[in-house]
Amino acid sequence: MAAERIITADNASAELLERARSALNTVCDPEIPVLTIEDLGVLRDVSITENECVQVVITPTYSGCPAMNTISMDIETALNKVDIDKVKVELVLSPAWTTEWMSEEGRQKLLEYGIAPPVTGGTRGSLFGEAEIACPQCGSKNTEKLAEFGSTACKALYRCKACLEPFDYFKCL
Amino acid sequence: MMAANIDETVKVDREALFQLALRLGDTSLILGHRLSEWAGHAPILDEDIALSNLGLDLIGQARSFLTYAGEVEGRGRDEDTLAYLRNAPEYRNLLMVELPRGDFAFTMMRQFLFSAFQLPLYQKLMQSRDKTLAAISAKAEKEMAYHLRHSSQWVVRLGDGTEESHQRVQNALNTLWTYTGEMFETDASLKALIEAGVYCDPASIRDIWNKTINDVLEQATLTRPETGWMQSGSLSGRHSEHLSHLLAEMQSVQRAYPGLKW
Repeated sequence: MAAERIITADNASAELLERARSALNTVCDPEIPVLTIEDLGVLRDVSITENECVQVVITPTYSGCPAMNTISMDIETALNKVDIDKVKVELVLSPAWTTEWMSEEGRQKLLEYGIAPPVTGGTRGSLFGEAEIACPQCGSKNTEKLAEFGSTACKALYRCKACLEPFDYFKCL
Repeated sequence: MMAANIDETVKVDREALFQLALRLGDTSLILGHRLSEWAGHAPILDEDIALSNLGLDLIGQARSFLTYAGEVEGRGRDEDTLAYLRNAPEYRNLLMVELPRGDFAFTMMRQFLFSAFQLPLYQKLMQSRDKTLAAISAKAEKEMAYHLRHSSQWVVRLGDGTEESHQRVQNALNTLWTYTGEMFETDASLKALIEAGVYCDPASIRDIWNKTINDVLEQATLTRPETGWMQSGSLSGRHSEHLSHLLAEMQSVQRAYPGLKW
């Protein structure tokens, strides 16, 4: 017979933290629903503060990203679903978000979704789209930029000259 | 929601810091609003989307600065209260950004003259001893690099375009030139903030700004106007009539239904 599990404040909050983390894994970016906020690097920290309150720290991609309010609400809803009612969502600006924080898994998901992921090694050259952007459909690097500003603040519009498909490119920031 | 704690290690006059945060926030807000007026009216769809995106960045920056201004002031005013319930004389934005949007050439020339200043300003403010101003600037700087590039390309295209586009963008430059002096202005309270390492001396940006302006104007085959008398007034809240008209529209819902939320 296993020893009776001793409930201490420590492992109670460890369990709470675990429950919060797995619930947060279901929160996606409302504009790019294949990416979780963790894949994007928007989720910065999860911790338990006094009175078993779950504090979630997020950072915006762009200063004016209109998805931040939705993301905050989605975080609260996801936590409420797993019986966590005391939630505090905090928005931090520093350090400034960069596309370098996007996880490898996130980049892969983005590609499969049909959006070219940001080129890595974000220099000013790649920030300005001077690097070669591969088509997410056929992989050709024979592509051209159609518009610097795409459907959302974080994307530019490209066209593949090989397969002729237009596609979104997640800009470097 | 924003965690913008005031840095207590930096000893500066609260009122001066409040005014600076308003100046940065109001300038972004009013220019962002002017850009939003293009939604559905730009000459081509791509540009309609681009102008909205630029406006969105600016309004995002304004939200951060105004939230911070409210905290520094310490009278419980938040970003919305500051944006929607102040009158024109309480606004601290540069006069240049409140001018009506004009034609597409005017909008692009203004965006260029402004971004060419704002990009190096944010780069300097990233080193500000005020951690919140530094954090907002670090975020905004990357966005501003896109704004400068986009507006520069349009200034070149219009200037080196047709006779009509050249004339329109040259006219825009001539009109806007007298409004560029204000970006470099300081007063006693800004000087104290520069001294404390919170703000940067705008005079230190002048060479960078001049170089950007001269390079782009040359490519665009445009003539740089003679620098003479310059417009002034926003540091003390003296604005053109255009700001009141803009605020009347921007604030109409909050003025009609004070405290309304959705």
